[in-house]
Amino acid sequence: MSTVKSKGTVTIAVETCKGCELCIPACPPAVLTMSSTVNHLGYHYPELADGCTGCAACLLICPDFVFEVFREARSPAAGAAT
Amino acid sequence: MKLVGQQKPELLLTETHHMCPGCGEPLALRGYLEAIQELGLSQRAIAVAGIGCYTSFSMTTDVDLVQALHGRAPSVATGVKRMLPDSIVFTVQGDGDMVNEGLQEVLHTAARGEAVTCILLNNGVFGETGGHMTATSVIGQRTKNTLDGRDADYHGYPILIGDLLAQLQGAAYVARGSVHNAGAVARTKRMFKRAFQTQMDGGFSFVEVLTMCPTGWFIPTSEGPDYMSATLGEVHIMGELKVDGVVKSTDELHEENVRKAAEMEQALARGGIDT
Repeated sequence: MSTVKSKGTVTIAVETCKGCELCIPACPPAVLTMSSTVNHLGYHYPELADGCTGCAACLLICPDFVFEVFREARSPAAGAAT
Repeated sequence: MKLVGQQKPELLLTETHHMCPGCGEPLALRGYLEAIQELGLSQRAIAVAGIGCYTSFSMTTDVDLVQALHGRAPSVATGVKRMLPDSIVFTVQGDGDMVNEGLQEVLHTAARGEAVTCILLNNGVFGETGGHMTATSVIGQRTKNTLDGRDADYHGYPILIGDLLAQLQGAAYVARGSVHNAGAVARTKRMFKRAFQTQMDGGFSFVEVLTMCPTGWFIPTSEGPDYMSATLGEVHIMGELKVDGVVKSTDELHEENVRKAAEMEQALARGGIDT
């Protein structure tokens, strides 16, 4: 049972990941860790823990187009920076 | 939950590609393809590709494209733009292609003030050709033929192409982006938008993007962004070097970079950057 609330989430296309690990330090809430198993290319890939904010930092830094980002709808006053 | 970031830009046909792990070029690719899409230019855009690793995206990028010879893309773009003045013409070139093989093409195109956009993906190494140094490799940078680092006495000094172009009267907008972190990637995309806008207003625009090449630099992929900031990023200073014909000083660029980086950190902490 999770105690950390996730305000967003990401999908991870693990089979296209080349394991560069750029997303790991890029994640502000630090909820991405590299897997212990490998994909069909032989690379480790990121796995998501609870606490994602949907900030899209991982998507912006990923060279292999692995992430898709979803965020909970918020009031316009608390909108993200443009 | 609402979708806020698509896996790949709509103008990219597939997310699979042949770039090495940790490469910075797909990050720049995302930036300019999304900029074109969001400005509603996808049916007017014509890319002119140089020769480099990024050339493999020619087959998977959903915009019209002409393949130029090494370094000649700005001249080909000039021809395309003059024959099809309503099109939005941009070149995609690497530092080996633009600054070594075809330096005069981009200089003359900028000096003439052609209404085209030149995009430079600068990693300071001939990534596709075998990993040797280019004219933009910074002093001390390790490449395959400068294993002890680039030596000014032996190899000479790097060409800071962005700063050089900014001095030309014909260049209306000159910017240098980077892809070393999420904030810089988002900022670079805004530079692309401004560059295309400049072209629509009839001016020459240039966007240089510092990109990681961990393979060419002999470093682990995860160290690419920090290594790039400490080497290339210290010499090729990020920022909008010239806006509306006014050249900014290095101090102004440094000040702006500190402010923008803090803004991006805050945006991420608040909940996100709009992709």
